[in-house]
Amino acid sequence: MSEPLRLAGREFGSRLIVGTGRFPTLEILEAAVRESGAEIATVALRRVDTGTHGSVLDVLRDAGVQILPNTAGCYTARDAVMTARLAREAFETDWVKLEVIGDERTLFPDAPELLRAAEELVGDGFEVLPYTTDDPVLARRLEAVGCAAVMPLGSPIGSGMGIRNPYNLAMIAERASVPVILDAGVGTASDAVLALELGCDAVMASSAITRAEDPVAMARAIRHAVEAGWLARGAGRIPRRDYALASSPEEGRASFS
Amino acid sequence: MTRIRLNGCEREVQEGATVAAVLPLLDVAPDARGVAVAVDAEVVPRGAWGRHALADGAEVEVLTAMQGG
Repeated sequence: MSEPLRLAGREFGSRLIVGTGRFPTLEILEAAVRESGAEIATVALRRVDTGTHGSVLDVLRDAGVQILPNTAGCYTARDAVMTARLAREAFETDWVKLEVIGDERTLFPDAPELLRAAEELVGDGFEVLPYTTDDPVLARRLEAVGCAAVMPLGSPIGSGMGIRNPYNLAMIAERASVPVILDAGVGTASDAVLALELGCDAVMASSAITRAEDPVAMARAIRHAVEAGWLARGAGRIPRRDYALASSPEEGRASFS
Repeated sequence: MTRIRLNGCEREVQEGATVAAVLPLLDVAPDARGVAVAVDAEVVPRGAWGRHALADGAEVEVLTAMQGG
């Protein structure tokens, strides 16, 4: 992939961001992150668990990936802002994947709280990457308050249902002037291909890899999928049509009468 | 003695104990990297851990990276 992903003033060769939740072991986490080729990986901020702290960070730092803290589990702007500030303190990064959840069952974002938190964090000097719905208007509002990217969901977090509304996603990508990163919903490689073909600049994959039967193999598959989608988009797909268009010439056919 | 809540658990610590002084209760070194501390819902910057004394009833949260999407 020749053209780098430009995100918050930095350039990345990979257009895949990986999550680190629910890996069976740290060894598999490390192997999968390496196999994915990702240069950015998300982590959550939680209470120190006596005896086990630090290891995820060590693994990611050894793998040479940039750490992107998230605010997963926050249900209010206040909690998300506080979590982002603590993450900045802990990981020495201004980047935050902003999640403000509005509903336990769907884990969909709470739009007003999300926008409020985004505005406050941008004002506080953060590079804000908000997890948002696939609503083009909300995406524009998030961009307008200064977010470094928008991260619309394809379908609910962890559902593996892929991209339920490709038209909305394409609309968001068409009008955005910041990178659009498909966040939740990737279930397998084809979902990642579609995201890039629809105009997304990058893909976030978490459960698709960590909960796969073979996470390392799925990391490899999604890495290639992201590359394939980006290449296909650049190549320019043929227009769709209802009826056939022969690919062999009509002229010069033999006559057997 | 001063009573605090440390990551949700009641603890008794020396009067005037600082953030740095209570971190070892969680097996966290006073200069640990990758750790952040909030006291009563305010961030305490790393540089202030050694001088931020905990008042009676202080709610102390000590956080670090966990695997997460």
